[in-house]
Amino acid sequence: MAYGSVVASVRLESVTKTFGPVGESGDPASVAVDDVTLHIHDHEFMILLGPSGCGKSTLLRIISGLEEPTAGVVFIGDTDVTDMEPKHRDVAMVFQSYALYPHKTVQANIEFPLKVRKVPPKDRAEQAEAAATLLGLTDLLKRKPGQLSGGQRQRVALARAIVRRPAVFCMDEPLSNLDAKLRGETRAELVALHQRLESTFVYVTHDQVEAMTMGSRVAVMNRGRIEQVGTPAEVYGRPESVFVAQFIGTPPMNIFPAGLVERSEVIVGIRPEHVAIDAAAALRATVALVEHLGHETLVHCRAGDLRVAVRLDADEVAPAVHTEVGLAFPEAHRHRFDPATSRRLTSFVPADVASTKGAGA
Amino acid sequence: MAISGTSTGWPRVARYAVLTLVAALVLFPVYVMVVGAFKSGGQVLDDPLLPTSVSFDTLRDAWSAGKLGRALVNSTVVAVLVTVAQVITAVLSAYAFAYLRFPAKNVVFAVFLATLLVPFEATVVVNRSTIQDLGWLNSYQGLALPFLATAFGTFLVRQVFMQLPKELREASQMDGLGHVGFLREVAVPLARPTIGALALFSFLSTWNQYLWPTVVSTDDDWNTVQSGLRALSQAQIDKPNLVIAAGTVIVALPISVVLLVFQRQLVRGLTAGAVKG
Amino acid sequence: MTTARQRRTRREWGLAALLLTPSLVILGVFVLYPLGRAISLGHQRCDATGTRCRDNGWDQYLDVFRSREFQRALGVTFRFALMTVPIGLVLGVALAVLVDKQLRGMSVYRTIFSSTVATSVAVASLMWFFLLEPSVGVLADWIGGTAKTPGLLRDDSTALWAVAVSSIWANLGFTFIVATAGLQSIPAELYESAYVDGAGGWTRFSNVTVPMLGPTLLFASVVLTGRAFQSYGEFDLLTGGGPNGSTTSLTYLIYGKNSTIKSDLGLQSSVAVLLFVVLLVLSLVQVRSVERRVHYGN
Repeated sequence: MAYGSVVASVRLESVTKTFGPVGESGDPASVAVDDVTLHIHDHEFMILLGPSGCGKSTLLRIISGLEEPTAGVVFIGDTDVTDMEPKHRDVAMVFQSYALYPHKTVQANIEFPLKVRKVPPKDRAEQAEAAATLLGLTDLLKRKPGQLSGGQRQRVALARAIVRRPAVFCMDEPLSNLDAKLRGETRAELVALHQRLESTFVYVTHDQVEAMTMGSRVAVMNRGRIEQVGTPAEVYGRPESVFVAQFIGTPPMNIFPAGLVERSEVIVGIRPEHVAIDAAAALRATVALVEHLGHETLVHCRAGDLRVAVRLDADEVAPAVHTEVGLAFPEAHRHRFDPATSRRLTSFVPADVASTKGAGA
Repeated sequence: MAISGTSTGWPRVARYAVLTLVAALVLFPVYVMVVGAFKSGGQVLDDPLLPTSVSFDTLRDAWSAGKLGRALVNSTVVAVLVTVAQVITAVLSAYAFAYLRFPAKNVVFAVFLATLLVPFEATVVVNRSTIQDLGWLNSYQGLALPFLATAFGTFLVRQVFMQLPKELREASQMDGLGHVGFLREVAVPLARPTIGALALFSFLSTWNQYLWPTVVSTDDDWNTVQSGLRALSQAQIDKPNLVIAAGTVIVALPISVVLLVFQRQLVRGLTAGAVKG
Repeated sequence: MTTARQRRTRREWGLAALLLTPSLVILGVFVLYPLGRAISLGHQRCDATGTRCRDNGWDQYLDVFRSREFQRALGVTFRFALMTVPIGLVLGVALAVLVDKQLRGMSVYRTIFSSTVATSVAVASLMWFFLLEPSVGVLADWIGGTAKTPGLLRDDSTALWAVAVSSIWANLGFTFIVATAGLQSIPAELYESAYVDGAGGWTRFSNVTVPMLGPTLLFASVVLTGRAFQSYGEFDLLTGGGPNGSTTSLTYLIYGKNSTIKSDLGLQSSVAVLLFVVLLVLSLVQVRSVERRVHYGN
């Protein structure tokens, strides 16, 4: 089932979407997507990542055709699809709520897109069979969605999407209604599915774990804009803005206001795993909380108003609560940001990213 | 309601006693009428409460005197016509309100809402002259036409449509379905319980129409069962007798059967306005 | 130049127009037009054929309103509503509460009390006619009427009550079903928490059931009032508006066989419009007065 025949790159050029009154005097329209330009390559697994309300879902709906952009152009392959209805776009979508037709059987649900497209019944059944087999649904074909578990419904939604072999798959938080264990398993399956289908996936999530584990690239969004596009390794190791630095990583990167760590007007950030506990270090802090997570230990320290998270390997000895420790921030691991724009100051590249860069892409 | 149902002993006996008494009162008129209908002409006042005989003479008299056979056909035709039309018009207009964007939507909606406030009894005078001008007194068209669409039906169906998840419409859009296809393939099948309730409600209220058929049917052949029953009783009014009871039984019977079969749907239709969704 | 998007928008408008047209035509021709036409006819006087009408000025509404016939019919209608609506509501709710238990046999009572919902006004009225009419009536024997004395339906002082009883009986099914549905929509936790708080049966009824039933009662009361004001068949079959006009309601004044204005489309319309206005005001008053005290669940 290789889908690689169509060139399915997606290009968004200066796409803007506003809701509410446009151009009227008085109340300003709310901007959901603000002048976004994004090129998604053929066969890529692109993640749109961001907090709720950042515009990622709206952007996905603009790609799928459910939403019309207020300004800007959308290309799929070489075709300008900006004014095209969803059904002409060769795009399928998997919804967060799955949106299965409750009155149709699983088989009828999967076949439905083909039926609408007037595919002959025999071909329809064959293709539905193939999609069902791929997703392990063959035993459930006669059931109705109401008789299925959440994970099974999610697979039916996927089957309905892949059955008509679209060039582009849009997925809107498809795993968020599953429990944690199932979500982990399904992540791996989705990656495998992507590799098998060799088509373009555009996947919206607010879950950074999904973004890091599944995406070939991640577009981090905030307030209608794209903060950074890059491989998971890039957005983690070389965040382009304070927002990205703090949104990705658990616990988030420690951020120190300008002038606190370095004398100049520079915001400094450092990942918890790069903070060193060093008795000789100048910055003194009190240990407030120690969390033993098994594979690692998190030490939360306080120095005045400042909070610093430190990540230790499981075999390292953690300091006791309430004791005083010294914290060191190795030069090689510091990220520097412009206090005015919150953007990364580019003159500096941390050593570990310089060495691993390219490995993840 | 397990907790409110903890009464034992006396309260429970009293409850049954009250319910049984009221039930007897409710059924009493029905009983007397049914008993009367199976008596023959001579026994009018003999033992009115006892089924002293089972005779079909009176029923037969009522059937022919009231032209009830013809009236049953008329009522059935009109009720089916109105029911089918009301369901169709309600589904179509409800879809427009629930799923389409169009100019002056609020105004159109307000117009529908306004029609709910107009009592039908206030419009009968003018409606009769409209039907007369169309030349449709004594016709199925005349009996059915004013009721082919109702705002009630529109709102009822619109409410279910709006409760369907909007992703269903979007999924069908992705699948390539237009509005008409979505209406036929998804929206209507999912609204079927409500549409069934609406159909039953329309059927019953049309079947039970009283004023309108007496106004637009001047010819006995165009009586519905209700206006036929009226004609039957008016003919006997000077010397009332068991024929009236027999006619009433004949008219009440088919609808009681319908009710027994479709009780659940009827409850849903009747309470649609009461329980806030 | 029209873009694809504009064409799509137009198509959606066209579809909306297509879907709405059947309903709009019917509602326009048989609800809105007659209302407008009745309002305009209401200040005219017409001859018996209804073809020639002349303007009689808008104060014809006032004259009609003040007329003895209208005032009397309005009084009859109000009294009829006051007899049927409160009793009907109390009866319906009381029976619904009594039946709302998981006890043996309750479904039988439920079926019996719901059963009158399907009876038409003609069936219900003739059933009661058969009971009350002295010459055949079963009850007439017991409550004093005989073939020689007039009977309840032919006595000024009892006729309206007799009609009201028939109407209450006919509406019982509706009120009972609506009240039952209302009761079942009250969450059981409310009763449980009241029970835990130590509330007795009556306290639970007055503090949980009644307030939570508010929207249901409002709905039923508006519907029943509307029905009372639009009642026609009961009067037509049971009393014919008599005796001595003691049961001539507003609708019967317009359409009834003893109607003095039946040959005048103008006066008929006048009364019809006034009926509409009275009912509208009444519904608004009910909604407004209850709304403040009503508790909508969640």
